[in-house]
Amino acid sequence: MGVFAQTLAVFRKDVLLEWRGRSRVSAVVFFSTMTLLLFSFAVGPGREVLSRHAAGYLWLALLLSSVLSLGESFRVETEDEALEGMRLLPVDPRALFFGKASSNFLLLLGLALLLVPGCLVLYSAEIRGSAGLLVASLALGTGGLAAPGTLYAAMTARARGRDVLLPLLLFPLVVPVLLASVKATSLAMTGDPMNQGPSWLGVLVCFDVVYWSLPAILFGRVIED
Amino acid sequence: MSTSPPAVAASALGRAYRDRWALADVYIELAPGRSLLLAGPNGAGKTTLLRLLATAIRPTTGTLSIHGLDARKDPVEARRRLALLSHRGHLYSELSALQNLSTAAAISGREGDLLGLLDRVGLHARAHDAVRTLSAGMRKRLAFARLLLQEPDVVLLDEPYGQLDPAGFGLVDRLIGELQDEGRTLVLSTHLVERGAGILQSGMVLVDGRVTWVGPASGTPAAMAEIA
Amino acid sequence: MDREHWLGIAGLLLLIGGSVFGLLIAPPEKYMGDVGRILYIHVPTAWNALLIATAAFVIAIGSLVKRSPKWDAALHGTLATTALLTVMLLIQGAIWAKPTWGVYWDWDPRLTTSAIMGVSFAGLLALRASLDDPERRATWTAVGTIIAYVDVPIVYMSIKWWRTLHQNFSTPETVNEMMVIPLRINAFAMLFIGIWLSVRMARLSLAERGAAVPTAPASADPLIAGRA
Repeated sequence: MGVFAQTLAVFRKDVLLEWRGRSRVSAVVFFSTMTLLLFSFAVGPGREVLSRHAAGYLWLALLLSSVLSLGESFRVETEDEALEGMRLLPVDPRALFFGKASSNFLLLLGLALLLVPGCLVLYSAEIRGSAGLLVASLALGTGGLAAPGTLYAAMTARARGRDVLLPLLLFPLVVPVLLASVKATSLAMTGDPMNQGPSWLGVLVCFDVVYWSLPAILFGRVIED
Repeated sequence: MSTSPPAVAASALGRAYRDRWALADVYIELAPGRSLLLAGPNGAGKTTLLRLLATAIRPTTGTLSIHGLDARKDPVEARRRLALLSHRGHLYSELSALQNLSTAAAISGREGDLLGLLDRVGLHARAHDAVRTLSAGMRKRLAFARLLLQEPDVVLLDEPYGQLDPAGFGLVDRLIGELQDEGRTLVLSTHLVERGAGILQSGMVLVDGRVTWVGPASGTPAAMAEIA
Repeated sequence: MDREHWLGIAGLLLLIGGSVFGLLIAPPEKYMGDVGRILYIHVPTAWNALLIATAAFVIAIGSLVKRSPKWDAALHGTLATTALLTVMLLIQGAIWAKPTWGVYWDWDPRLTTSAIMGVSFAGLLALRASLDDPERRATWTAVGTIIAYVDVPIVYMSIKWWRTLHQNFSTPETVNEMMVIPLRINAFAMLFIGIWLSVRMARLSLAERGAAVPTAPASADPLIAGRA
């Protein structure tokens, strides 16, 4: 039973759990949409300002929502000690990590794609640059959130004050993701005359490689009792 | 004389928490196919011992091997040979009974007739219902099915009769008998000491984390009576 | 007296010496004038914050491998000292920035990276405070430290990139020999003080964890279960 096959099995389980718990998922969608609205109220209705910073608001809304969805993804695991049940099977812990992180990634990417039309409408933004750059920045950015977020969600699920700890630990860590994603998304929206987009995607790739591999190695130790 | 390594070999096994030893100085030597009854008052350390044997927690002292595999160095391989029925459910309450089984099957690489397995524990009718909707007794049956799925050489049962009705008791007795007939090694902890003494071979009494008596299972009720 | 106090005293004396040198004897900096003198404490603080953070990283790996309370205490000590040095760093940096750039903060890559590193490490201290189980606390602090440390160069790189799209930041130019001397003295001063702080914090951490429960002596004639 290779790691890949086990990862697939874990992934299927997590997607199934998300589907079964889709009322919670839709709550996160509503939350992120609400956040987009709140930004426009806080900043004021000036169309110029809003459309220029649309990418920033998008990613802030995503970041805040990710804390909710990541935390939730481990609540189901600790409820009945289901994660321990998984762990005691002859399974490579990296499969447990990759499976869970992949399903979290998929959820966040879906959320991001849902928020784009919201942004375009609310902030009068457009996609003047390349759509490919937009999708790539959303995918690499949410990937950079999902992986370390999964590791930290596993940790904080058992700690007191976990709702505060997860963002406290995760946010400083993903500053590079926020910077690079906002930049790349913004270039996709406002246009990229000097073709800087690829270098920002490069930062994201670098981050994603490190933060998908390092937590995978450490995950086994984190879920031990 | 058996030449294969013991199914369960524990030496000076102990587990300490911050301010106390939950378990200390435990020695076990179980040949394959034999069975052991764990008895003792509440808080004696029976669950801790079973969790140590299942590699769910790490020992503070001592060594443990499962069929010759060092549990500390090679936990994944050891887990291939054992399974634990815990009083923690280890189930996903949002998924159905069948989905819980199929997940465990896919991850551990076991094929099998899952519906037939559910039938064996009497859950066939509720296979597609979310675990959330099942009673405590049904969840116990499902946990049993999950254990049987893994075809473990070493079977660890923590209060298997808990939450079950008389029909459930009969089911557990039957399953234990079948597991023994299949030559699997059993370690079982229960408050129903007389019941356990009737169907298992060896016995052990734990008090405050320490072994106070070992002997044949039939002698366990008397040993327990002396403590009270 | 504990050995580390000698280091602390040495560090303090060196700090006094280096600061006197830097404040009174060394010439004023070419572009910044006397304001530049804060660099004699700022730069050594920066070097040592990074140095002790690196020590924390190495100790974190050691703590995961060794699983020992002493390594965890050392990790706690170095984490706390790094966080403290980083806070000092940020305050010094702001004090330097106001007369130089006119503002307390200008998204200088080094300053911003330090701020993020400070928040990360402080967050790890908060994580520690919220966990009761010492083993889990040790493991998770170590994992968090490794991840936070690996993040530092990535953060620096991304902020530098981010900044180059806007304006250039000014860096102090150090050349004059008379300036190098107080820098070196204070660098060692801060190192000694940093080590002193780390060791004190580690001792405190170890004492707070409590004495390990003494191991029960292994019995000469243990009861071995499973044989009967």
